[in-house]
Parts: sequence; structure tokens; C-alpha cells
Amino acid sequence: MPISFELNGQTVAFDVDPDMPLLWAIREKAGLTGTKFGCGIAQCGACTVHIDGAPARSCSIPISAVAGAKVLTIEGLSSKTALAVQASWQKLNVVQCGYCQSGQIMSAVALLNDTPKPTDDDIDTAMSGNICRCATYNRIREAIHDAATSI
Amino acid sequence: MNKQMFPFTASETAVSAPSRRALLKGAGLIIAFSFAPTGARVLAAAPAAKKNLEANAFVRVAPDNTVTVIVKHLEMGQGVNTGLPTIVAEEMDADWSQMRAESAPANVELYKNTAFGMQGTGGSTAIANSYEQLRKAGATARAMLVNAAAKEWKVPAGEITVKQGVVSHAASKHSATFGELADKAAAQMPPADVKLKDPKDFTLIGTVQPRLDNVDKTNGKAIFTLDIVRPGMVYASIAHPPRFGATVKSFDASVAMKLKGVISVVPISSGVAVVADSFWTAKKARDAVQITWDESKAEKRGTPELMAAYKALGKTPGQSAHKAGDATKIMATAAKTVATEFEFPFLAHAPMEPLDAVVEVRDGACEVWAGSQFQTVDQGNVAKVLGLKPEQVLIHTQLAGGSFGRRANFASDFIVEATEIAKTLPAGTPVKLIWTREDDIKGGKYRPMYVHNMKAGLDDKGNLVAWTHRIVGQSIFKGTPFQGPPGSIDPLSVEGAANLPYAVPNIDVELHATDDVGVPILWWRSVGSTHTAYATEVFTDMVAKAAGKDPLAFRQAMLGGHARHKAVLDLVAEKAGWGTALPANTARGIAVAEAFSSVVAQVAEVSRDAKGNIKVNRVVCAVDCGMIINPDVVRAQMEGGIGYGLGAIMKGAITLKDGRVEQSNFDGYDVLRIDEMPKIEVHFLPSTGAPTGVGEPGVPPIGPAVANAIFALTGKPVTVLPISKAIPTV
Ligand code: FES
Ligand code: FES
Repeated sequence: MPISFELNGQTVAFDVDPDMPLLWAIREKAGLTGTKFGCGIAQCGACTVHIDGAPARSCSIPISAVAGAKVLTIEGLSSKTALAVQASWQKLNVVQCGYCQSGQIMSAVALLNDTPKPTDDDIDTAMSGNICRCATYNRIREAIHDAATSI
Repeated sequence: MNKQMFPFTASETAVSAPSRRALLKGAGLIIAFSFAPTGARVLAAAPAAKKNLEANAFVRVAPDNTVTVIVKHLEMGQGVNTGLPTIVAEEMDADWSQMRAESAPANVELYKNTAFGMQGTGGSTAIANSYEQLRKAGATARAMLVNAAAKEWKVPAGEITVKQGVVSHAASKHSATFGELADKAAAQMPPADVKLKDPKDFTLIGTVQPRLDNVDKTNGKAIFTLDIVRPGMVYASIAHPPRFGATVKSFDASVAMKLKGVISVVPISSGVAVVADSFWTAKKARDAVQITWDESKAEKRGTPELMAAYKALGKTPGQSAHKAGDATKIMATAAKTVATEFEFPFLAHAPMEPLDAVVEVRDGACEVWAGSQFQTVDQGNVAKVLGLKPEQVLIHTQLAGGSFGRRANFASDFIVEATEIAKTLPAGTPVKLIWTREDDIKGGKYRPMYVHNMKAGLDDKGNLVAWTHRIVGQSIFKGTPFQGPPGSIDPLSVEGAANLPYAVPNIDVELHATDDVGVPILWWRSVGSTHTAYATEVFTDMVAKAAGKDPLAFRQAMLGGHARHKAVLDLVAEKAGWGTALPANTARGIAVAEAFSSVVAQVAEVSRDAKGNIKVNRVVCAVDCGMIINPDVVRAQMEGGIGYGLGAIMKGAITLKDGRVEQSNFDGYDVLRIDEMPKIEVHFLPSTGAPTGVGEPGVPPIGPAVANAIFALTGKPVTVLPISKAIPTV
């Protein structure tokens, strides 16, 4: 039985192993490769997407668990907040290798959706699940504050 | 969904696989390329059929007014796809907005690293070995555009000016963009000699320009190896042995083969590979293969056994790496001596993008998509597996999600694995191999484990008069083409120690290379300096304390022959307020290190809370890296180096029990997170010297700077790493 859900506003259905993590369905079946694989055990945040508006680690959620849900990936970002986050990221030259950044941005957008003026502590709490091996952390923090002032 | 073309990133060549022929005209680097146009290019270029200006192997000017720099180095975050185009843009007088970057194909003749003699990225050499080359490439392209304009407008070339991508002749009021002139310029002969700018006229070099990969890396469009899609592609996962050096004795794939989507289970040189129609299925099936390993030749020692062996060796004389005066004699008569022993664990690189490669083998040809860091080596190794000539292997270098040295290895391990798997598949079947994070953490090629034994002698005035330093650990160059003659010292094991910057009249630096250890090792961001800078700089503070001297003053007094070290120390001390008051339970530590011809000093401010938890609050960094191409990229590399080094020093360790790695993922191999990142300030030493590396030199000083602050705070030196082993961190 195909599992159906909404992906970036479009209804999709995939007939795959119901255990398959959402991450691999998004990447290999839907062909949206912006969402990355970093650990597979909800430790690094590279695979962060929004499920019904909340940030979630798609590597550790079986596709069967999102039947009927609304899934948003980096490719589907279009809100004012999301565009502000991306603009701040670019303005402050946050990225290095860039591999973690889809996940960082998805977590940052979720944070700002909930908390439009986050404190440093709010940022620590919301972002400490996202590893950046290039250690772009200070710029991520600065970009979140910068985006908060521009929204 | 269709894979889109993104003409502005290095990914383009990868996705579209243009065939490219380089025709060498004469002996010089005057190159004509022929491109099989990609979909995107056909759309852009077809109607007018205007030609690109292929000025040389590095610069292409298109009629759409973009200037593409062919980057011979791997972009792995360090910013080469921004830094190298800056050099070209400067000499061309291009506008920054028209610049693009594209990864070069594997071609050692055209694209060798002049520091290595082969195509590859490492040792923080990208800017240094490209600077003159790309200045010439840019100036040549500019001259061809100017000459084309002169011919077209019938005016003397000498009267033509170029500014921000526009070529003008004031008297005749002619002007044209690079794009408008590209077609005509393509007919020009490249001049044999070009005049380079006087650096005082630079308008781009030395200024902050936005990274060229900013947009694609914030909207999910940047393509990494993990994202490559080829028609008919299959996926692979590999079961590696639980102990290093073990091999497959037998395996039972009956359960694995029953999983829907599994295509094949094949033994390869490094284990057993499973091929399936999705990565998830390949991995699930990989975990279901029952394997009996032959462990007769496997390394079965654990960290405690290795550490004990290293410590015992450290007490015996080693091979001399540097000697001056008579340290033994002077030590015996010193007024005061200080001695200590340091322990360094194995470290994994853990780049954010796990190791991965896509390989497609056809009769007499092979294509590879990978974050290839040693293209020449990878090409040769792939060719060897397939019985091809290196030139029959086409490598599409992809953006890499970090490397830190891991992707640069002489075995081309993950690329060879993908090739071996591809060889078992029907011709033309592309296969994407993905290592899991567990494969990466357990997979070896670590920063080696080391023991350092140190002793210093002070005279009755507190002057350092004798210094002995013994290093025990595996050699990185051993078994590679860079291995020295038998009996020679591996320079990578002693760099930063054998060339101690401090003037000590009597010094012995010795090495014990523990090459019987069966744990695979590799260079790790800043190589030898990851441990030598720590040992020398932490020990220097211990000696300064014994001498009753301020750590900064103690260093400065011994740096007579090292003006750059002195200067960065002065700068960092001034900016950090060295010697000024701090809040209670807070202290500063200072350290300096030279790596890859750059010199970096750092001051760390560390505090301790009521429970004894240590926190690094602020790091001030001063760097002398010669002329700076883009200050913001240098700043980012210092920030990144500090964060990467700090995570390792505070909590990084790979340990073995009976030869089995005890960590498997980011839960056990803990890395730095955002709440642990200190505030960082980066200051530059003004310099007109040739540019030197910045990718690695930010790493070495952070460990000792933090440890020295802890020493100032607690009175106890940190001699066993990671710090978290003895001291709680927050
Ligand atoms: S890949 Fe999902 S959290 Fe790391
Ligand atoms: S930018 Fe490289 S891992 Fe974050």
C-alpha cells in the first residue's frame, strides 16, 4: 500500500518499505536532495524537515509515521521568515562546506516561527541538535539574530 | 523530480558530464577546450552560436557575461571556490557578480598542485600554489579581451581601460562587456607574456566579497556526491570487519537476499557489499548478512595495551629528529627540571557528509563522482582496479561536505570500494556507495594516538637551557609515495617539535615510530601540529611557571629568531588584554604555533563554575598568513579551525577495546555543538608577503591556549586528552 502525505504542498505517495526513514523517501523517491544524511540516529540534525510545522529528524521517522502529514523540506521554504533566514545566512557568509546548512536553516526557521525574538539561550536550545563540523556556529547565531530583526 | 542544472556551482560538470578535450598547443599552458554543451548551455548559447572565450585552462568567458574559473582544488568548505575566482577577477578587472566557479576534471598536466606535483588539495596550499598561476590566467584573459576590442574598434590596445567587467576606449566612446567580446576574443592568440598588476592597485584582493556558493548552499540546491542521480543508479552499503586487518572468511547472504529490492551481495577487498534499489534497503540487507571474519592478522590490542606500550617506549631513547648542544649533560646540572608525559587519543575526522562515491564502469571507461581530494591518486587507483589507463577514468570532483584530511588518502579507500562494486555490476550501471556514520567512526584512518615525553632544565636565573622531547606514535607517510628512505624520520610526526621556535641552546627531539600498530591512520586537519603544538605549548607554560615567569614574557624572550611568532603574540596579547583583571574563577591561556607557513596565536578565556565545570568563553586569535585574499574567508577558517580543534581537545577520542572501536556515531564520538562555541575575535597581521595557508593553521593553538588557561585556573596541567577525561566541561 502506497503511503501518502503532503510534501512541500503537493500530495505524494510512495510504495516503499514502511520502515524506510522519511529521509530516504524524500531523497531517493521524491528526488529532493537538499535534505542531508549525517548520522541516521537523530544526533546531528542534517536531515531536519518540518512535519506539521514542527522540526523533526527525518532520518529517524519511518515513512509510515507521516501518512497524511504535511512535510516541508528546504526546497519548499517560501515564508517571509524563511526568506529572511536565507538572506541573513547569505549576508553573513555563514556557509563553509554547506552540508549541514539545510538542516540548520530548517531548525532556525522553526525557532523563529515559534519565537520571533530568540535569546542566545533560545538559540542554544533550538540549535544544539544541529552539528556543524565546519563550526559555523557563531555565524549561525548571528544570522538568526539578524533575521529576527528583519522580520 | 528532474534534477535541475545549476550552472553556477561546481556541480554542473558532475550532473551533466561534459566531455572535455584538452589540446596542448606547444609546451606551455595554452589550452583549448572543447565542450560538449550541457542542456543548460545549449539553451543559453544555441541561438547566436557565439563562442566562449576559453582563455586558458582556468578561465572561460561566456557570451552571457559570466566568467567561470576552473578550480583545480576541492571545495570542502575552506572557500577555494571563492578565493581562487577572486585572484582571477582581480587581474581581469572583472565585476564580482559575474564570477562563477567550476571544479576542474582530473588532469595532472593541467591541474597539478605545484606544491605536490600531482592534482590534489591539502596542506593548506590552495591559495599559495594558485596565486601566481591564476593571476597570469586572469591577466591573459583580460589581454585577449582587450586585444579583441582594439581590433574591433580599430584603436590602440594601450588606450583601452577595463573596469568591473567593462572594456572601454574613452576617446572613441566605445565600450563593451566581457560577454559581448567573448566571441571575438576567442579568435585572439593568448599573449606570450602578460603584465601583472602592482598589488597596491588591487581592488578585490584583500576585500570582503560574498562567497560564490552562498545561495546554493542555503536553498538546498548545492549538489554533493550524496545528491548525484544517474539513470539506472543502484545503491550500496558495505559490511566492514569489526577489527582492523580482518578479512572475510565466509558469509551467508540468504536472509539479506530475501529483502525486497536487494540486487546482489558481493565480497570486495574490504568486506562484503550489498547492492539494492535504495540505500535504506542496501543498509538493512547489509546488517542482515552473516559474516565470519578471519581475524588471524587483525590488530587485537586495545587502547590501554597500546598506551602502556607507548609509555614504555617513551622512556627509552628514540631516533633523533633534531639535536643541538648537549641536552643530557646540561639537564643533569640544571638548577631546576620539569618533566611530564602527554597522552593523545586517536581522533576521527567525521566530516559532515559521510564518505560516498558514485562510479559507473563501461567498456574501457569509467566515470567517478566524488569529493575527490587527490584526483591523480584516485584516478590511478580506480584505473588499477579496472585494468584501465588513468586517462580512461573521468573524475567529476564534487563539492565535499567537509573532509579535514579524510578524503585525501593514498588508498582512495571509499572510491576504490565503489569501483570494485561497480565492476561486479552489468556494464554502465552506476552505483552510489554511502558509508553510514558508524562506518565512518569505526572505519579507521584516524589521527594517530601519541605519547609525548618531555623534560626541561632551567638555570639558576630561570632561563631555559635544556629541552628533551620524545614522541611515540605511528608514521603517516609510511607506505605512501611520500615515505622517506629507510631509517629516515617521518617529518609529519615531528613537525612543530623538531622546529621548536624557542631558542634553547641544548635540545634533543626524538621519535619512536610504532609502525607495528594495525590501526589505519591518516592526517587530520593540521597534521603533526595537532599534537606537537599542544605538547610544546602546554609544557612551555609549565616551564614558565617553574621559572616564575609570565607565560607571554617567557615566550617573547626566547623568540629572537622568529619575528612573525613575536608579532602575532604581541597582537593577540594586546587585543585580549593580556595581564588585565578578569572576573573570579576565570583565567587566560596563550599559545602560538606555525603551521603551513602561517603563524597563529590565540588567547583563550576559560571559566570554572561552582561545580568545577570548565567553559571556554572567548578566544582571541591573531594570524599572519601573508597577503589576504578575502579577509572574511580567513576569519571563517580561523573560527572553524578553533571550533574543530576545541571539540577534539575537549571531548574527542576514539578508543579500542581488544581491537574493536568503542564509538560508533555522534552519541559516543562527541563533537562541538553551538552551545559550546566560544566568542571568537580574529585579528590580522598586516602583511605583503606571499599568501600562505589558512584551512588548517587555526587548529593547533586552541588546545594549548585552553589547557594553559585551565592550568592558570587550577594549577594542574592537562596532560591527558581529551580534557573531559579529567575535568567536567559545559
Ligand atoms: S541524519 Fe538525521 S539527525 Fe543526523
Ligand atoms: S558548513 Fe560544513 S558542516 Fe556545517
